[in-house]
Amino acid sequence: MAEEVVLLDFWPSPFGMRSRIALAEKGIKYEYKEEDLRNKSALLLQMNPVHKKIPVLIHNGKPVCESLIQVQYIDEVWHDKAPLLPSDPYQKATGRFWADYVDKKIYDLGSRVWKTKGEEQATAKKEFIETLKLLEKELGDKPYFGGESLGYVDVAFIPFYSWFYAYEKCGNFSIEAECPKLIAWAKRCTQKESVAKSLPDQQKVYDFILEMKKRFGIE
Amino acid sequence: MAVVKLFGAWLSPYVFRVIWALKLKGIPYEYIEEDLSNKSPLLLQYNPIHKKVPVLVHDGKPVCESTVILRYVDEIWPQNPLLPADPYDRAVALFWIKFADDKSPIIAKLYRTEDEEQQAVVKEWLEMLEAMEEHVLIGGKKFCGGDEINMVDIAFCMIAHWLGVIEDAAGLKVFEPHKFPRVSSWIQNFKSVPIIKYNLPNTDKIVAYLKRRKEMLLTSKSN
Repeated sequence: MAEEVVLLDFWPSPFGMRSRIALAEKGIKYEYKEEDLRNKSALLLQMNPVHKKIPVLIHNGKPVCESLIQVQYIDEVWHDKAPLLPSDPYQKATGRFWADYVDKKIYDLGSRVWKTKGEEQATAKKEFIETLKLLEKELGDKPYFGGESLGYVDVAFIPFYSWFYAYEKCGNFSIEAECPKLIAWAKRCTQKESVAKSLPDQQKVYDFILEMKKRFGIE
Repeated sequence: MAVVKLFGAWLSPYVFRVIWALKLKGIPYEYIEEDLSNKSPLLLQYNPIHKKVPVLVHDGKPVCESTVILRYVDEIWPQNPLLPADPYDRAVALFWIKFADDKSPIIAKLYRTEDEEQQAVVKEWLEMLEAMEEHVLIGGKKFCGGDEINMVDIAFCMIAHWLGVIEDAAGLKVFEPHKFPRVSSWIQNFKSVPIIKYNLPNTDKIVAYLKRRKEMLLTSKSN
């Protein structure tokens, strides 16, 4: 049966990027549909009625929502190529823990870095760096969180690298100065075609953030 | 035989999720009660990132975060599976588990919030109840898992048992059974399952604890 795969997405979304990378790693052909989040399509509202959010993966007409669930689904269905999760249950649990940690921390802290100023921003920056340092510690000397090859935690986390320049400019700090090993990891990931073609240009993301700040009246 | 230890706290729904999973699969374990106001060095060693319960220690190796633990338990001991075998059905189950996981910490705050903040929490409760009523339990299913409970039922446990005690501690009724007939039936069915029925924390004890905690928080706010 011909596989039909559609991804409803929004270009700067780090969550959408996760699914893009997973699909690319597996060499899956799919239709990318850009959503205007201020004017959501009927398809999006039908496929994700609970959250009305992107990304939505539609496989043979059936929707899978939530980016990490999509990555796990893609990994299971197309299991013959580029496995993202290890087969050992304990290592899988470790991967799920760290992906969950990224989910709980990075987006919210990063948002506070670009949305706030003064003391609130200073606090957000401090917590953001602490979080990155913990992840850097978990990475250790491994080339990837997944070990020798790109894995689940790498896919969960690397999309935020495309937002680092925007965070740095808005927060007036250098992530590389604080977490050089993490930046080395990120650059290593972007050498991979699946990542390079899934992440937008950092300047483009920064311009998008500046537009958002104007729109929300954040100076 | 491998040793399984569970670090928990007597009132935590997250801890009970793991207890039920282990009992459903017939896995013997050693339970260690933690005093959350005075956490043991061992707990802090096993869960340095979040410093929370539950923590499952299997063969000396810690697993943290209740849903991560549930999935680990389900994979290590595949008898009485807690997730569907089909990848798509599993993705749907995981969606609802995440939904419950995201809502649970927010809705717990009902007893210790006031005014606008409390109203926002009430809204979250209603969203969770509506999602269960209109999506999860659609089709007249006995349980979220169909004829048997699965990880989705376990994930929604707050509604089954903790909702009532949180309402009592808050002095506020959120759940109107006649408005949520499917959820009402599910609560009765879920709590009738022997492993659930005989493994639930005492409601009076929880209400007393939450009321004391609420007083402490209000006192410290006014100081």
